Amino acid sequence: MAKVKQITQKEAVGLFKDGMTIMIGGFMTNGTAERLVDAIVESGAKDLTIICNDAGFAGKGTGKLLDTRQCKKLIASHVGLNKVCGQQYSAGELDLVLVPQGTLAEQVRCGGAGLGGFLTPTGIGTTVAEGKSVVEVDGVEYLLEKPLKADIALIKAYQVDAAGNIRYKGSTRNFNPMMATAADVVIVEADQHVEAGAIGPEYVETPGVFVDYILEGGSN
Amino acid sequence: MEDKKGFIAARVAKELKDGDVVNLGIGLPTLVPNYLDPSVSITLQSENGFLGLKAQADSEEDAPYIVNAGGAPAGIEPTGAFFSSAASFGIIRGGHVDATVLGSLQVDEKGNIANWIIPGKMVPGMGGAMDLVVGAKKVIVAMEHTNKGKHKILKECTLPLTAKGQVNMIVTEMGVMDVTPEGIVLKEYNPEYTVEQIQEATEAKLIIADDLKEMAV
Repeated sequence: MAKVKQITQKEAVGLFKDGMTIMIGGFMTNGTAERLVDAIVESGAKDLTIICNDAGFAGKGTGKLLDTRQCKKLIASHVGLNKVCGQQYSAGELDLVLVPQGTLAEQVRCGGAGLGGFLTPTGIGTTVAEGKSVVEVDGVEYLLEKPLKADIALIKAYQVDAAGNIRYKGSTRNFNPMMATAADVVIVEADQHVEAGAIGPEYVETPGVFVDYILEGGSN
Repeated sequence: MEDKKGFIAARVAKELKDGDVVNLGIGLPTLVPNYLDPSVSITLQSENGFLGLKAQADSEEDAPYIVNAGGAPAGIEPTGAFFSSAASFGIIRGGHVDATVLGSLQVDEKGNIANWIIPGKMVPGMGGAMDLVVGAKKVIVAMEHTNKGKHKILKECTLPLTAKGQVNMIVTEMGVMDVTPEGIVLKEYNPEYTVEQIQEATEAKLIIADDLKEMAV
């Protein structure tokens, strides 16, 4: 594990390449690292697979990458608040995979925790079960769901210390703590940057061991 | 009836017990807390990661950091707690939510529910609904009895299902129904309608409870 590195917005732009799978934390853009999403837009990287709870809004969060058509495939639980998503999907321009929210969260958690998948009762008897194995345990049917991993994860922190330790605020944690564990490269954007150890070990939610880069400056 | 939604929400409120952990869907279900008896205190779960949801933001400083499951600014009770989406759905699937109240496009006599997609028309995604109806101890569907006269309580759902066999209770402006292994039992009826009118507005064959009561809110 290399030491956490501080990077500029310009250096962040250079990390995104065509065809990558990118996890974006946040729920309806609450807890989404918007400057890092802007960095994807600036990179021009195309044919991206985006894993995010939702499609954000037009001009906000994952919505920015739909506006620019950089997102080719979207794995999400809810896209109803972004009309652009529905339009691109209806026109056959976007590969949309809708996943129950609890399943999506657990898939990402499994991806980061080295697990081969998990069994959930959610989706049994629905279209979500199509093509998936059904496993019976003690007389109850479960769906076998596989882990999700990514090339890069964009994490939004309230505070990050110089060692990459993260503290979240309010409901902005949502998918961020799991996504921070499930990607090859993890970049953190934070409201506040503090010196190493300043958060205090008792209050760190995402240990710095998961973090590769800290974006310099605050958050939008 | 002038305020169908308020009437339905008021009746649902009587189903909730002091101390219950409850998850409310968007729309009509969010009205339920307005009608709780003062002696009943419930804790609201917000699927995006906290317990102790309050409708109003606590301060301007906190506002950008706390949203409800619809993405709108919200607040948290002093006894509440924030957690990740993985923990939130652990709470939901793990049976730690006593009741969920949600609207629906269709419900059927086997307790199947369809409320997440109209193929070719509306593809918003299921969000947390599939996990909620599977995981909550009691699933209460709160909705208008018909869609402008078109049946919503069916023999068999025709839209893609949200979950199979999970609905426990249906509350509409016409009555209160339990979903049982034998079928849908009409327990209470709104005296503004006759039992015959309620049956006409329902595709599924209603079983009339022996102790059928007037619906009171």
